[in-house]
Amino acid sequence: MPQTKDTPLGRAGGVRAGSNGPVPSTRRRAWRRRMEPSRPGAARACGVVRATPPAPRPPGPVGHRQVIYREAGQFKETYASDQAIFPIVQDRVVVLAAAVAAFVVPPLVASEYWLQAVLIPFLIYALAAIGLNLLTGYAGQLSLGTGGFMAVGAYAAFKLATAFPQLNVIVVFLLSGVVAAAVGLLFGIPSLRIKGFYLAVATLASQFFLLWLFNKVAWFTNYASSGTITAPDRTLFGALITGPNSTPSARYLTALGLVAVFALVAKNLVRGRVGRSWMAIRDRDIAAEIIGVRPLRTKLLAFAISSFYCGVAGAELVFLYLGSAETLAFDISISFLVLFMVIIGGLGSIVGSFLGAAFIVLVPIVLSNAPHAVGLRLPVALQKQIELMVFGGLIIFFLIVEPRGLARLWQITKEKLRLWPFPH
Amino acid sequence: MLDVLQAVFVAPFKDMAGSPAFLVEVLIGGLFAGLMYSLVALGFVLIFKASGVFNFAQGVMVLFAALTLVGLLERRVPVVLALAVTTVVMVALAFAIERLVLRPLVNQEHIILFMATIGLNFFLEGFGEMLWGANVKKLDIGIPDRSFIVRGVQINELELTAAVTAAVLVTLLALFFQKTRIGRALRAVADDHEAALSIGIPLKTIWVVVWSIAGVVAIVAGLMWGAKSGVQFSLSLIALKALPVLILGGFESVPGAIVGGLIIGIGEKLGEVYWGPLVGGAIENWFAYVLALAFLLVRPQGLFGEKIIERV
Repeated sequence: MPQTKDTPLGRAGGVRAGSNGPVPSTRRRAWRRRMEPSRPGAARACGVVRATPPAPRPPGPVGHRQVIYREAGQFKETYASDQAIFPIVQDRVVVLAAAVAAFVVPPLVASEYWLQAVLIPFLIYALAAIGLNLLTGYAGQLSLGTGGFMAVGAYAAFKLATAFPQLNVIVVFLLSGVVAAAVGLLFGIPSLRIKGFYLAVATLASQFFLLWLFNKVAWFTNYASSGTITAPDRTLFGALITGPNSTPSARYLTALGLVAVFALVAKNLVRGRVGRSWMAIRDRDIAAEIIGVRPLRTKLLAFAISSFYCGVAGAELVFLYLGSAETLAFDISISFLVLFMVIIGGLGSIVGSFLGAAFIVLVPIVLSNAPHAVGLRLPVALQKQIELMVFGGLIIFFLIVEPRGLARLWQITKEKLRLWPFPH
Repeated sequence: MLDVLQAVFVAPFKDMAGSPAFLVEVLIGGLFAGLMYSLVALGFVLIFKASGVFNFAQGVMVLFAALTLVGLLERRVPVVLALAVTTVVMVALAFAIERLVLRPLVNQEHIILFMATIGLNFFLEGFGEMLWGANVKKLDIGIPDRSFIVRGVQINELELTAAVTAAVLVTLLALFFQKTRIGRALRAVADDHEAALSIGIPLKTIWVVVWSIAGVVAIVAGLMWGAKSGVQFSLSLIALKALPVLILGGFESVPGAIVGGLIIGIGEKLGEVYWGPLVGGAIENWFAYVLALAFLLVRPQGLFGEKIIERV
């Protein structure tokens, strides 16, 4: 199979290379590719399950080959059990237990501070991170426009909720997601032609343009003189879940319910036909096109669904967490923050999005409380600078320790635990 | 409907034709602003060329260099000595980055390295402010910020100096890349890491050299921007200004950074002056990006970028 890479058929994909004559460096790269024992990308695109991760590969064009691979090790007798969402028994048990615990324990135990400052933002950012992970980790399209799409969701939710007061708040969230998806579709169009970092920078256009639009056009804020949007009071099942008078528990449960449903949807998306076509595009888009994956539809679908998730997360950010917000709440730093969550958590992993969101939400809180805890009293400015330094340093440290993210660490831990106490 | 078309496609050009002197002034302002962007974009290009790292921290490196320089000048260090010390600091920084960030991450995906430079961005921001304080500082390098008038067109002295500096810098860099031994080694590394390694080019040294050069470029950029708008945190945000220049010119091209900067600078000023009022102004944040995007749709690798050759 590796020998077929440079057959005339193979070259047909790179029309430009053929017409201009091979550049020396390109020839070397092609040679290097031929010499590789196997192509994990191609194997995955064909639906072959690999048990072990491949050896480190030389850097290529911006792509995301280092992704999470399926875990192996438990014998299965039916296709159904092999294709289960969580093929490993322990996984099923742990995830189910964690989900139940998440619904029951925090509302009973957690203080208002924990719910409001840690758990609710964690859930909302996790949803945004899942959205970006679908686009960047699964479909391979690097995007820095997350903040803009979240803003679209937030402003759409505000407009919908104030224009149609009778509308159920969940429907409002879903509709604002749809609006964000439409906008994402629009800004995803350049991805058909622009790739890699060029695309990443191009997505910044959406970020800056959208925020400018929301700042300039007063219609979006219902002509509020302050330029802020405020979450109105809305109820669900008779309980107040948005607005200043709602309890943190109610808002927590709403966010949790939404993120649980959407995480399940995402998990199913990525293991089905759609997800496989995304991964094929990510691993080698020309090869994917040749085997019949339509790049136009696949990439735009990835942008739309990703923006839907980000839009819902943006709506939640205002309705369930901040209460009121201006465009500043969705500026470029949010885009980077969510991208950090995806990368630190693990590209191409749903559970990684949760881990990454937890990490990025918790680290600043821990950092700002740490000097206090050990009895140090620092000037505010100095403490802020040290926080920045430690945050930056930690990110570099984690990237060095495990570039494939927390999800990979979690996977290794699980594999070790399954063999414990008798490793090979 | 017709009014809108008229306002967008006819009126601005009428205005331009109406007062040519003003148009020239706008154009020159754009050219100078563009050169300032180019100075920042140049640092990006150098590092991307030699190591394939999309260095988001370049903006903060500019800030860091400017902060160090101002900090030294405030302590009554002579200008020449201060410049020398700042250069040493930037070279030391290059060594530290190579040793602590790049070497452990060698052979990783581009996106991982990109993320690492964002981490570096946070770190340097905190570090610079911790060393030199966060308040706005004035950088006085002896060039007065005044204007003179040539044939009815206003020209700012400081901007002119920046333009000349940029031209000299680019010429020096071009000579360095084309004519010197290290320059050739840098181009070899940019072309193919592995092949360069196999013929005995020390990758580590090359990376230190290229990050040092980017540091020196950052000093120059910091000098110019600092003299223009003061040394403060917002200086690091010019990285965001340099990004559209970068994609427009192409990531791997030094001339691209210059030409891209000029196009963005002129386009931005023209858009702001002639089309901005139509939509309520403040469009400079996104206009450059949209302009770059429009160019990219025609040439996905930027104006001067390496031709993207794809095969299965």
